[in-house]
Amino acid sequence: MDTHTNKAPKGALSSLQRWLPTHPGTWVILGLCLLLSVPVLTVFSSITSSSDGVWGHLYETVLGDYVLHSLSLMLGVGLIVLVLGIGPAWLVTMTHFPGSRMLEWALVLPLAMPAYIIAYTYTGLLDVGGPVQSWIRETFELRFGQYWFPPIRSLGGAITMLALVLYPYVYLLSRTAFIEQSVCVLEVSRTLGATPLQAFRRVAIPLARPAIIAGLSLVLMETLADYGTVQYFGVSVFTTGVFRTWFGLGSSTAAAQLSAVLLLFILVLVLAEHWSRQKARYHHTSSKYTRLPRIPLQGWKKWAALAYCVTPVLFGFLIPFLQLLKWSTETWHLLDRDGFLGMFANSLKLASITALIALVLGLFISYTKRLRPSLALRGMVRVLGLGYAIPGTVVAIGVLIPFTWFDNSLDAWMRETFGIATGLLLSGTLVAVVFAYLVRFLPVALNTLDAGLGKIKPTMDDAGRSMGLTPLQILRRVHVPVMRGSLLTASLLVFVDVLKELPATLILRPFNFNTLAIRTYELANQERLAEASSTALMIVLAGIIPVIILNQTISRSRPGHDSTP
Amino acid sequence: MFKKLSLSLSLLLACGVSAQADEVNIYSAREENLIKPILDLYAERTGTTINLVTGGADELTQRLELEGANTPADLLLTVDVGRLYRAKEAGLLQSVESEVLSSVIPAKYRDSEGEWFGISLRSRVVIYDKQAVQASDLSTYADLADPKWAGKICVRSSSNIYNQSLVASMISHNGVETTEAWADGFVANFGRPPQGGDRDQIAAVAVGQCQLAISNTYYLAGMLQSADADERAAAESVAVFFPDQNGNGAHVNVSGAAVTKAAKNRDAAVKLIEFLVSEEAQAWYAETNNEYPVRADVPPSELLQSWGSFKADDIALDELGIHNAEAVRLMDRAGWQ
Repeated sequence: MDTHTNKAPKGALSSLQRWLPTHPGTWVILGLCLLLSVPVLTVFSSITSSSDGVWGHLYETVLGDYVLHSLSLMLGVGLIVLVLGIGPAWLVTMTHFPGSRMLEWALVLPLAMPAYIIAYTYTGLLDVGGPVQSWIRETFELRFGQYWFPPIRSLGGAITMLALVLYPYVYLLSRTAFIEQSVCVLEVSRTLGATPLQAFRRVAIPLARPAIIAGLSLVLMETLADYGTVQYFGVSVFTTGVFRTWFGLGSSTAAAQLSAVLLLFILVLVLAEHWSRQKARYHHTSSKYTRLPRIPLQGWKKWAALAYCVTPVLFGFLIPFLQLLKWSTETWHLLDRDGFLGMFANSLKLASITALIALVLGLFISYTKRLRPSLALRGMVRVLGLGYAIPGTVVAIGVLIPFTWFDNSLDAWMRETFGIATGLLLSGTLVAVVFAYLVRFLPVALNTLDAGLGKIKPTMDDAGRSMGLTPLQILRRVHVPVMRGSLLTASLLVFVDVLKELPATLILRPFNFNTLAIRTYELANQERLAEASSTALMIVLAGIIPVIILNQTISRSRPGHDSTP
Repeated sequence: MFKKLSLSLSLLLACGVSAQADEVNIYSAREENLIKPILDLYAERTGTTINLVTGGADELTQRLELEGANTPADLLLTVDVGRLYRAKEAGLLQSVESEVLSSVIPAKYRDSEGEWFGISLRSRVVIYDKQAVQASDLSTYADLADPKWAGKICVRSSSNIYNQSLVASMISHNGVETTEAWADGFVANFGRPPQGGDRDQIAAVAVGQCQLAISNTYYLAGMLQSADADERAAAESVAVFFPDQNGNGAHVNVSGAAVTKAAKNRDAAVKLIEFLVSEEAQAWYAETNNEYPVRADVPPSELLQSWGSFKADDIALDELGIHNAEAVRLMDRAGWQ
């Protein structure tokens, strides 16, 4: 392992740069990044506009709440996902206890559960009128108010719901990091007298830090962008404030400015983390990879480990899944099942197309950044990365503005020049929808691919170059096979995210086009939770398959270890 | 009767004569399951092609505005008048003159300039715990700010447009100052922080967390007809009270339709609105979602009839849109989350 000593071999890289295909390639990538950053930049550009005293009103009344609640939400979710993510990742990777092989993949399952759906199900279960509290009242002959029960629709409830479905990001990424860690490092720490726990705390965790941070930042950005859960629970945070200001107070400017404040906040966090990491490098200098020795846990330890790892699966997946199943068997006969198959196909189609594009784009951006880490490109990628923290509706409007502008300008020009009306070419088509998905979810792919590429030693590039390969050939013949795991992880994460996406799809989709998420939302929005359960269940089922594949990939992703069949 | 006959006749003719079938493109804030069945019926009968996008009214209006003159949308459907007003103010709608619409829809439920039309009605009422509260304890919306209700009222967030419209109507009737004083007292009476939807408020009353809830009429009706026995039982333990029966009348909002300014199928769109207020379609609205029909000659569903008739507020619905932003500010100041 090296942290400070081995700076990226500059000489090698600059010699590579001479062999880059051409500068235009970099420019194309930069242009693409710029294009995808347009929605984010649109939000930022609002800062200078005047908002007619709306800020004064917000400052005097609700702004304090927005800030306080958003910060508490981030802090709470952040802490819980670390506890639920890292510990189980380490336990299932490094130790052996009853059920550990099964938990390996089961721990990823909550990823398939959209946050708003888990919020609906737990509300159905735990709210004052739900079965749990009714049971308490009947069994102990109490009336409401004579017993204490945590209110599900509260800030605490929102924190719990979001943490339960978002921890898999931390789990997945830290598990990948643990799996890929060279055993040597851990063996050295053990020969130096460290206990397994010390090795975990002092070696494995610091080494996995980029992965853990990457997972955590995805979680925090998703938390800040969440609208469905906080709105349903009546928690006033920045996102709910954005919509209230926009539509209720009728000030789109102030609403955009609120979003911009949100983004600045995230930017500061991202930069602070980057700065604190400084020049540390996390790839391994040793290439000794032996099979990971799993420590068999004995006695109470194995039961404790089991309980620890089962908890997130139980609450994040099993209970809500069973509740959905119960509801959907009760309401199945009521449903208009026409078009179910179509919605299912639409959801899968959008998710696959977006995942594929995100993969290719992400790979090229990431690789270009590795080869030519120019300030412009790195900055652009940072801005692009903020897309994940913008609420879907804001992204959608941020996509509509440039798309309609382009369509209308083209139409006007064509009419004037050729007398042909082109109408709306891109807006109102799936192109706009997929574009919005990319703005929101490309950061997920980029994060994963960056981490994957970062772990490949620069000497691999050098070796490839010395054998006369072009950078593109190196990418195809050296990097892609080595980072197969990261590639699959990136595309599957995007796939699952698109399956769950709601607001951008809702606003941008063409006529007569429905997805599972839309049907679920429409029924839930009419407060028909039970009837919404069947499509909700289908989203979850469609998400489980990629999630399980994801897990298999990661298990097999150990370098130098049966990664190629 | 003759009108109805001539309408169906003209529909038949239209479909027989035009070589190219009519087309109507709709942006609808009514969810698909609450509009598509009746649209399908119309499409089947007239051969009109109907294309539908559903979504939030605010977002769809924004899309309409950005798409400008090239928008494919001919018709905008919303579930409250506030959004129709906003669309009108943004210059996205056009005036329609239709004898059918102006004769069937009472003047107060359509725009004076013919830019939007109410299709169905809903009232925002007080739902009370039958055991803890007598109907005689209740009187007006204003009375809900009385300290005797301290800790007894459940209502959803003020981000909800129905609450915004209710408060806007009070501003219109009583002015900002009186309404703000009312809101302060009302918020002080909350039994819990605003959360969930209207059904959740009713459920909270059913278990005794609150004694009064504010809700739209069709939510209670939906609960009474729910597939879930618990939900039905909860709904049966509460009753409806129409406030202000000796004053302005109970607050009423409309779900409505408007032809967009850039509509390329204007006539077909108008014909579709005319169909939506036909006796047949109105009866469908009443039965499917327990909304009050906009035309007086179609009775509400039996369930709604069992709650009795009521005096509706006569306020010009524009007023709800005009005072919307002020209502939101006022609720912010009153601490209504």
